[in-house]
Amino acid sequence: MDTSKLKYTETHEWVSLSGNVATIGISDHAQKEISDVVFVELPAMSRSLKQKESAMVIESVKAAFDIYAPVNGKVIAVNEKLKNKPELVNQSPYQDGWLFKIECSNPGEADSLLTEDAYNSFKSTAHH
Amino acid sequence: MSLLAESSSLKKTPLTDRHVALGAKIVDFSGWAMPVYYSSIIAEHQWVRRSCGIFDVSHLGEIRVSGEGAFAFLQARLTNDMNKLRDGKILYHLICDELGMTLDDILVYQAKPDDFYLIVNAGNIERDFQALEKYVPDSVKLENHSDQMACIAAQGPRSEEVMKRVLGLDLSSLGYYHFREEQWNGSPVWVSRSGYTGEDGFEIFSQNDLAPAIWDRLMDSAPSEGILPAGLGARNTLRLEAGNVLYGHELDTQTTPLEAGLQWAVSFDKGSFVGRDGMLIQKDKGLRKKLIGFRMLDKSVAREHYPVYQGERKIGGVTSGSYGPTVGGSIGMAFVVKGSSEEPGTRMDIEIHGRRAPAEIVKLPFVPMKHKNRPKAEG
Repeated sequence: MDTSKLKYTETHEWVSLSGNVATIGISDHAQKEISDVVFVELPAMSRSLKQKESAMVIESVKAAFDIYAPVNGKVIAVNEKLKNKPELVNQSPYQDGWLFKIECSNPGEADSLLTEDAYNSFKSTAHH
Repeated sequence: MSLLAESSSLKKTPLTDRHVALGAKIVDFSGWAMPVYYSSIIAEHQWVRRSCGIFDVSHLGEIRVSGEGAFAFLQARLTNDMNKLRDGKILYHLICDELGMTLDDILVYQAKPDDFYLIVNAGNIERDFQALEKYVPDSVKLENHSDQMACIAAQGPRSEEVMKRVLGLDLSSLGYYHFREEQWNGSPVWVSRSGYTGEDGFEIFSQNDLAPAIWDRLMDSAPSEGILPAGLGARNTLRLEAGNVLYGHELDTQTTPLEAGLQWAVSFDKGSFVGRDGMLIQKDKGLRKKLIGFRMLDKSVAREHYPVYQGERKIGGVTSGSYGPTVGGSIGMAFVVKGSSEEPGTRMDIEIHGRRAPAEIVKLPFVPMKHKNRPKAEG
């Protein structure tokens, strides 16, 4: 998939915006760092999320990792496939391993997130 | 999510540069830059259970205790009965403070009568040394060799074959928890049949400058001999499944060996030793807490410090928790307070991210032990 159209956060989530619906996942860099994902605790449907609020947890063999909402909005879909195949987050972080979808309260918010170039330079320089 | 920071101020082993070159994820482990995994914790774990994984465990500390009276000194300082040792044998001990609280869990290697090597946890080297120094008589010499010694562990069912075919060391007659000096490329190494994974395996102790050549020889043969480098992540899931305690998790200065289920390594019959009185009082009063193993009944993962409940009553906390790749589920160990059931099959709940997840007490270890050449008498 063409990841160049995605927006990113400094906490390694990616966002794909279609109208006012944002699909959220974690970057390839993040899935490599997290390593073997063994359980994904998805957010409840219809839950309202504030930007930068912890939305869900990914458990790997290594540790638990909080996933933050990149934008304000309401959860309208979760990736049910991850309940039985959490390893999809590792195998296909940008497609089959997506996490959840948010109906954005303010679609313009995503504009302020990082572009792919900005994210790439962030992850290579930042002390994250 | 946030990712771990990397720091250049960490101590390196003689093999750290090789781990980096192999693409390992490096983390801070007790002040050492250590590989947590090379490709995948699960893959490395499974490889050790099926074939042979090699680990850099050079961060372990080595303290030599020698001279007239060394035996008597250690008998009075450590918990297990030193009379179980012979030249070339290894014995597991705890080192406790005066109240019986655990300062470290260690292995004692007997080279000769009155000449012992203590293998200690990386994070405790200095404190152990001080705890020994406090009681050491003038005739006994303490030497910290930790900065000069490296250790490579080969673990898994193919280890004996790998040691023979790749390193030219025939260890088929070496007993479990025994060691001997071997020559490798003209230099002495100590090889023990020991490990932390529940599998057959060996640990090779050498001078720092020899370790890279041993590691390279193993790696050169890796594809043809079924060898895979494995990191501390797999070491942790392997030891957890094997029911082995880890200092800083199941053991600390608030915990006695009895509470951690290690009474088999505490000899009350041998006479006086540091911590004995404290532990005897605790035995009379009853243990405040007891270590148990548990399995999650759903797919959630319990981590260290998560609270444990039986009904509405909080009964303890998780000490270690992870997905167990061989078990195929989420497992862990926890302390539960006196008066709560420790029986296998008992239902508990563990609070995970604000909700209660069901778990069940199970008997340790989680997987059958595969040690070879184990004398029957040791059970």
